Amino acid sequence: MSELLTLIARDRSDAAFRRLFVEYGPRIRSYMLRQGADVDLADDLTQETLVTVWCKADLYSAEKGSPSTWMFTIARNLRIDRIRRQKPWQELTEAHAASLPSGDTPADEVANLSQRQLRVQSVLRELPAEQVEVVTLAFIEGLPHSVIAERLDLPLGTVKSRIRLAYSKLRRALEDLR
Amino acid sequence: MSTTITRHPEAATLVSFAAGTLAEPLAAVVASHAAMCRQCRAELVDLDLFGAALLLGQPGAAGRDQDIVPVTLATDRMATVGNGRSRDRFSRAVDAAERLPGPIALAYNLSFATVPWKRLGPGVWHHRLFLSEGTEGDLRLLKIGPGRQMPDHGHGGDELTLILDGSFSDVTGEYHCGDLQDVDEGVEHKPLTDKVTGCVCLIASERPARFKSVIGRLILPLTGM
Repeated sequence: MSELLTLIARDRSDAAFRRLFVEYGPRIRSYMLRQGADVDLADDLTQETLVTVWCKADLYSAEKGSPSTWMFTIARNLRIDRIRRQKPWQELTEAHAASLPSGDTPADEVANLSQRQLRVQSVLRELPAEQVEVVTLAFIEGLPHSVIAERLDLPLGTVKSRIRLAYSKLRRALEDLR
Repeated sequence: MSTTITRHPEAATLVSFAAGTLAEPLAAVVASHAAMCRQCRAELVDLDLFGAALLLGQPGAAGRDQDIVPVTLATDRMATVGNGRSRDRFSRAVDAAERLPGPIALAYNLSFATVPWKRLGPGVWHHRLFLSEGTEGDLRLLKIGPGRQMPDHGHGGDELTLILDGSFSDVTGEYHCGDLQDVDEGVEHKPLTDKVTGCVCLIASERPARFKSVIGRLILPLTGM
């Protein structure tokens, strides 16, 4: 799926631009709606996300980053800025990483990016449903751990430990690729 | 950073940061730690991959698909989006910042030399960093003189402390430059600053009132004066 995104990003035609919106627009809009945007704001933020992905695809070489990760981080940062109306500190971290001298950025370590992506996808497929549920509520619905606990009627400690378990599986799956 | 960073955010805190759900003041501290910590930067890249996989795995919202496609590839619009402007601003801020973490230096246009410290009491100074309107919590820089101890205190919500200079220690261990203390609600601890260097830190709390009372108690006469 992210391979398709890479292909779209590489092919700088009007048709590719349109395809980017048709393929990914609905998912981004759904994300924005679930994060609490109204329909008009969700459409605006979807457009802004995908136009930025398109521009970034031109700025970076395909080997250096993953368009699907840009799509996620751009959407997330826009959402914090425009739906929650808070400072997207994540963006400042990314800007800092990009300003570091070459060889000192995590992006340089991910030459095996497509391999990492496959591993991440297989971790996700193998996670128990209860762990998928909490990470989805966090990443996709944008709920803090305490709100997830209320929503699922679970102790906060249980929510955190499910997140910790999911995260440790992710780390284990990727550690030999570091 | 030349010193080795040994204390990092908890997994649940890093995940919240990547998901974009961490309270703003806490996110400021994690961003600052990540700017100093290569390991956490790499882990955040992996968490972004994870977030992307989750996002791509979701069904799309049905409806006005065609409406959101811009009519043309309007180049003027393109030029205004994602042109890397924040990166240029960022590099300059880092150059001027000396030891202040880049994200803080950029967001508040501050350097270590220009922090307008306000005295809170003997040997304790602070500078409060403003949060977005309507945001709960507290974010401030704290400068504590050598050999001072904070009295026992609990926390209203999570608290993150990032050491920027000097060090402190408590029952949970020693914290040096770049180390981050990630403390849950209800944890009691009594940080004691280094006898020689004291400590400068960036400290964030999820809730405002409780943290103020901590600061209030901080200025009470302390041991080691």
